[in-house]
Amino acid sequence: MKSIIRFIPLILFVLLGVLLYRGLFLNPQAMPSAMIGKPLPDFQLPMLKATDKMVGREDLKGNIVLVNVWATWCIQCKYEHPYLLDIIKDKRIKLYGLNFTDDHSAALRWLKQYKDPYVFSIFDEQGALGLDIGVFGAPETFVIDHTGIIRKRFAGPINTQVWNNEFLPLIETIEAEMLQGKS
Amino acid sequence: MYNSVFNNVLGLKQVLRLAFVVLVLSAFGLTSANASPVDTFEFSDEVTESRFHVLSKELRCPKCQNQNLADSNSKIAVDLRKNLYNLLQEGKSDQEIIDFMVYRYGDFVLYRPPLKEQTYILWFGPIVILFSFFLGVVFVLRKRSKLKANELDLSAEEQTNLNDILNKK
Repeated sequence: MKSIIRFIPLILFVLLGVLLYRGLFLNPQAMPSAMIGKPLPDFQLPMLKATDKMVGREDLKGNIVLVNVWATWCIQCKYEHPYLLDIIKDKRIKLYGLNFTDDHSAALRWLKQYKDPYVFSIFDEQGALGLDIGVFGAPETFVIDHTGIIRKRFAGPINTQVWNNEFLPLIETIEAEMLQGKS
Repeated sequence: MYNSVFNNVLGLKQVLRLAFVVLVLSAFGLTSANASPVDTFEFSDEVTESRFHVLSKELRCPKCQNQNLADSNSKIAVDLRKNLYNLLQEGKSDQEIIDFMVYRYGDFVLYRPPLKEQTYILWFGPIVILFSFFLGVVFVLRKRSKLKANELDLSAEEQTNLNDILNKK
């Protein structure tokens, strides 16, 4: 009995150590989005390239829709950009941009300079849609499935590794669900 | 000789200059850390204004994580403060505003986490630890008070040794 008591501090220390050690490798930015499993809220916002034209939820066509939140003030968006040009080669997805609290002419210049990977970009000058889907920075990427439900929110820049590990499995899951729904 | 003294003086001067720069920088750092962002919101009455201040202290900035909306100067915190102001102007109640934020950003935005199954350990953990600590103290003290000096569990040899030591004086 006494020898067990003697080891209690050591056991507690090891448990605490394991807990804290694990904590070192957690990504504090990887918060679960409150919006996952909820439908994409409706919106009426102008298109970036034609501000006289309003678009809404129904204009985001495609079975698997990716909404990428970007802005010219966002440095990591610049890093992410070439990877976006790469992922749109995957024909299962449609990539839309959400230009978030940005300067209109700067955003247009950006697309001209770095090429435009988006089907179109929504111009959200006030951050209204951003607020509605819980955006807290850029870049962020949302995955919306064929039923209009938000399935994933990824905060941070996409690169090849992130794409393969975080996005491709989900895309395959949604594809399988679509096949099941049809049969 | 002269040269080395001169060098030393220069060295001292440089050190002083460096110290001055460090001092200025740290003072600057301090003030920028202490300065809270200034918004120019106009409130029609004091009650709404105090509600604004309470809510912006209770709500956590989603981006900067360890700051509340009132303290943070990040883009999203500025936007959310503006939003908070608008919601107050629309006459929303505190609970409606909190629900609005939680719907979008999750429980994460609350500095006061709600009592849920997942948060039981957060709310009751400290009480349980404190209680078990007291139990342990009571346990040890009771055991100790049972041991009286003349009931010490000594062998005959130990007892004679003890007596020797005590009688040495």
